[in-house]
Amino acid sequence: MSIFIDEKTPIIVQGFTGKIGSFHAQDMIEYGSNIVGGITPGKGGQTHLQRPVFNTVREAVEQQGAEASIIFVPPAFAADSIMEAAEAGIKYCVSITDGIPTQDMMKVKQFLRKFPKDKRMVLTGPNCAGTISPGKTMLGIMPGHIYRQGIVGIVGRSGTLGYEAADQMKELGIGVSTSVGIGGDPINGSSHRDIFEKFEQDDETKVVLMIGEIGGLQEVDAGLYAKKQMSKPVVAYIAGLTAPKGRRMGHAGAIISSSGESAAEKVEMLQDLGVIIAPTPSAMGETIAKVLSKR
Amino acid sequence: MDIHEYQAKEILAGYGVRIADGGLAYSPEDAVQRAREIGGDVWAVKAQIHSGARGKAGGIKICRSYEEVEVAAEAMLGHRLVTQQTGSAGKVCLRLYIEAGTNIAKELYFSLLVDRAHESIIMVGSAEGGMDIEALAEDSPEKIKKIQIDPAVGLLDFQARGMAFYLGLEPSQISPAVKLISGCYRAMRDLDANMIEINPLIVTGGSGKLMIMDAKINFDDNALFRRQKVTELRDKTQEDKREMAAADRGLSYVGLDGDIGCMINGAGLAMATMDMIKLAGGEPANFLDVGGGASAERTEKAFRLVLADEGVKAMLVNIFAGINRCDWIAEGVVHAVKKINMKIPLIVRLSGTHVEEGRKIIEESGLPIITATTLAEVAEKAVAARNAQIAKEAEEAT
Repeated sequence: MSIFIDEKTPIIVQGFTGKIGSFHAQDMIEYGSNIVGGITPGKGGQTHLQRPVFNTVREAVEQQGAEASIIFVPPAFAADSIMEAAEAGIKYCVSITDGIPTQDMMKVKQFLRKFPKDKRMVLTGPNCAGTISPGKTMLGIMPGHIYRQGIVGIVGRSGTLGYEAADQMKELGIGVSTSVGIGGDPINGSSHRDIFEKFEQDDETKVVLMIGEIGGLQEVDAGLYAKKQMSKPVVAYIAGLTAPKGRRMGHAGAIISSSGESAAEKVEMLQDLGVIIAPTPSAMGETIAKVLSKR
Repeated sequence: MDIHEYQAKEILAGYGVRIADGGLAYSPEDAVQRAREIGGDVWAVKAQIHSGARGKAGGIKICRSYEEVEVAAEAMLGHRLVTQQTGSAGKVCLRLYIEAGTNIAKELYFSLLVDRAHESIIMVGSAEGGMDIEALAEDSPEKIKKIQIDPAVGLLDFQARGMAFYLGLEPSQISPAVKLISGCYRAMRDLDANMIEINPLIVTGGSGKLMIMDAKINFDDNALFRRQKVTELRDKTQEDKREMAAADRGLSYVGLDGDIGCMINGAGLAMATMDMIKLAGGEPANFLDVGGGASAERTEKAFRLVLADEGVKAMLVNIFAGINRCDWIAEGVVHAVKKINMKIPLIVRLSGTHVEEGRKIIEESGLPIITATTLAEVAEKAVAARNAQIAKEAEEAT
């Protein structure tokens, strides 16, 4: 098992025929992802990358049985695309799009909550690198080859720092069950904690790595859940020890605005909750290796 | 994006919020003229800079004659004001806001903010206005009331009323307070603001009217594409020159106090690399995320940006190529180094897609580039090179 997606999951690409959508759709197809078509309003009926193009998500769900979706739609229209996917019955959606207005995301979250929990689409992102279950399927823009298949679940806000972790692990012969990017925005589809819940239920995942950063209180919330509800060990690294208060560090969400949001404070709170801390970003792989050797 | 106090007040006045009479001045003569137009015998001369805590830094002066207005204006205009929030460089004051003096009976606090945890807008109020709200939140959180606003239905009157009563207002002031609060909320929603802060919100002496004394608005950068009028309020003199130059080139840059320049792809990896520099005993000069598609042209621009900071003693490049390719990055780096006459050591670490080809290009370039393979190594080598550079410069100076 892996979480959210596997080699069979039928995937559609929203923003399919655009330059970025095409490039990454091709990349995902080469990785082995089961891409069954895409959406570009007004281009329905055409064929792109040997796959059908639809005007609406609903058509893709009805005709191709699409269950997962990935969004490359520009920021001004992305929130609408996410809600269209949710309404059409997509189960899992990744939004790659960076730069969606905060109030649009509030609307999205509100919209998703109107569905009963068992019928509610899970959204990860926006502003993320996507999700990969190595050796099975890729729903994202990451370099698939740096991930080895294995038993560590990764959840993180940052794309490249997630690659760094996967790469360190691969060097040590450690593989990944699923890696989920939740994105660098202030309001995101799923939190670290939401992903923890999935990893806890997943038989294949034995250890969880959380890659957090400054801003917000999500990492600590996930730590609380881990302490109370999880049987699996959690390793964490929090980026941004040198980040000054009140300055936005690239990600819209990476800003220390109140107490408890700095890297040092998060590390301290997580340690108190029994989370194993990777002391430096270059020690993510070896910290995981240590935890695995004790199992 | 931040705006000035006078701009925030103009916006809120458009939403039916009461403000004192005031006018903008660019010179001491202007300032006196504005004071004459406003009339009365007390005025506040307020430096328009993008920062709070102006009062303690000499940025707000209460004046009781035209001469005093002129003197206060001269002292502020053209000068850099250093407040608790600006950092040591301060912010240059080029505009003044001259406001009618107001008799204050009570100072309150009111703000609307994006609440990340609850994914909604919250309203925050306190009967203790005029002070640092963060300090108040820490010391006496019971003196602050927070009310969440449902994004689907928006602010409801009973919520605004609840806040007004909490602030300890008289029955006759409740209805104007509801009008003020809902005006602020509509501005927040219509203009995609992240924050509207009124500190203090005052009750005037005698007439007991509600008025906003200071106002701060911060807008969501991600929504500026659909807020043309907001974008026009941008005052570039208040922003860091390097950060602006970076933004114009599609790069994300934050200037810091250290001396190791950085160029990294991805915000998280950039923060992590800066952490490694610190752990290795150095201090980063900047945060710079070149983004996913770092072309040769973009790489050169990023180099120029980092090297424009004369305090930089060594430059570190850390790229984890995903959609990108290390050989393309390496070509960009070699091109940039050849084009720019670099006088400081350069340390490069490449990883990810086509890493072997990338390393080969750097090695075969014949340029004095120090290479590293891991995150720890690149930080250590950068700190060592920075120390060597400082020693070298000291030797040359003697």
